[in-house]
Amino acid sequence: MRSYLALFKMRFIAGLQYRAAAWAGIATQFFFGFLFLMIFRAFYRSSGMEPPMAWPQLASYVWLQQAFLAILMLWSQDNDLLLSVVNGDSAYELCRPYDLYAFWAFRLAATRLSAAALRFAPVLLVACLLPPEYRMALPPSLWAFALFLLSMALSLALVVALSMFVYILALVTLSSYGSRLAIGVTAELLMGAVVPIPLMPDWAQAIVNWFPFRYIMDLPFRLYSGHIAGAEAALQIGIQIAWVLGLAALGRLAFARTMRRIVIQGG
Amino acid sequence: MIELKGVGKTFKVARRGKGTLAALQSLFHRQYDLVRALDSVSFRVDEGEIVGYIGPNGAGKSTSIKVMSGILVPDEGDCEIMGFAPWKQRREYVRQIGVVFGQRTQLWWDVPIIDSFELLRDIYSVPQPEYARNLELLTQTMDLSAFLRTPLRQLSLGQRMRAEIAASLLHSPKLLFLDEPTIGLDAPSKLAVRQFIRQINAETKLTVLLTTHDMNDIDALTDRILLIGKGKILYDGAFSQIKQRSGQSAVEEVIAELYREYAL
Repeated sequence: MRSYLALFKMRFIAGLQYRAAAWAGIATQFFFGFLFLMIFRAFYRSSGMEPPMAWPQLASYVWLQQAFLAILMLWSQDNDLLLSVVNGDSAYELCRPYDLYAFWAFRLAATRLSAAALRFAPVLLVACLLPPEYRMALPPSLWAFALFLLSMALSLALVVALSMFVYILALVTLSSYGSRLAIGVTAELLMGAVVPIPLMPDWAQAIVNWFPFRYIMDLPFRLYSGHIAGAEAALQIGIQIAWVLGLAALGRLAFARTMRRIVIQGG
Repeated sequence: MIELKGVGKTFKVARRGKGTLAALQSLFHRQYDLVRALDSVSFRVDEGEIVGYIGPNGAGKSTSIKVMSGILVPDEGDCEIMGFAPWKQRREYVRQIGVVFGQRTQLWWDVPIIDSFELLRDIYSVPQPEYARNLELLTQTMDLSAFLRTPLRQLSLGQRMRAEIAASLLHSPKLLFLDEPTIGLDAPSKLAVRQFIRQINAETKLTVLLTTHDMNDIDALTDRILLIGKGKILYDGAFSQIKQRSGQSAVEEVIAELYREYAL
């Protein structure tokens, strides 16, 4: 266990080396936060319908998305790790006394947490101080906030379990470009990062329910704003846990199979 | 310490003719060549020995190091090292060994060396007093103090290699595999690395198996060489004997002659 904590510390130190990236990230996140809110605002004003999400719920959704981008986005992966897989430095990791799947999973989680730790607080702080029409709302109850935290932790596990397949494929194909692009785009659409799922047409909502992606973003953010609550919340978190366990088990199996056949090429 | 009996490993290598047509054909039908990387390799190494493992490029040196460090599973044969079968009891086994791949890196690119060392300490659960003792010894003998707090990306190749070797010894392994530890190093760095290997071997009875193309490494470190070519062990014995027999004075000439003799 100590080695996992040490790894976490290591990733954190490595992340801190790139302060400029963190500041640039924060600026980008404000830009996109405002952009999305302005677009949605135009739709909300021109539509006569009762919107499926109240405006403050949508504003919170957008700001949470920008604040926790580093945790939730599947297109962003650990480049150092991918590089070591492709150039063979990962040979060293095969002669270490640890469970490689668990160690890599922990490393991915640490990379994401350290990136998010530098970025989320300033984004949320400023989002709470904006003029009312753009302001981030507080959760309706402490209970909703607790469910949000629980679900966010599970989201991180889910993102890591899904990401592991990118690394497993990289072990086989020695290139991650295709798998990153495919999973990045698919996930972004199906998790509700482009259009929040409640704003999607009914047929699209039926589709996203078949995939694990909506449990990454849609679920925790709607728990935060109370858009999902009560018995529905418990059911959804249950499904989220099932996805995490199922994907981790499948990943482990695929990883073990790949490792048996692996060849570190070159002298 | 190390005992290999009839170890064999065959790789499948994709092959295709030249030109566009052949490239298109290979989309549908791939042809493979079977390359016999290791062909009933047998030898033993005793505790405290330094053994030079030599052979031309592609002879099977790295493949055998990978088998012995538990990375690669051989197709046939037995390999017993300190009572372990490397690829079966991998996790218990690798605690006892150190490995340096001269062409790869185990240190973290963008953090100071000392942080990478501390991560290794925690991975191998090295007790703090033992870690401090090892670090002290390694820092002195390898002259690391000037760059322990520098990130890897800012080190020269010679500094990096010294740090890599030190990193492999922090957990006091009983056996050290060095795969081309002096590749690309300048003369002072090579001398420092050799001096260090001799010293640690004398002080701790560390068993060392090293592969190299620089025969001065062999000359400076050991008299026992294993010559491997086309996957087979061709010679196992004293380097001094070969030198005597050939009558050449330069070590490079001796080896070139040896390779010619075995038609490698």
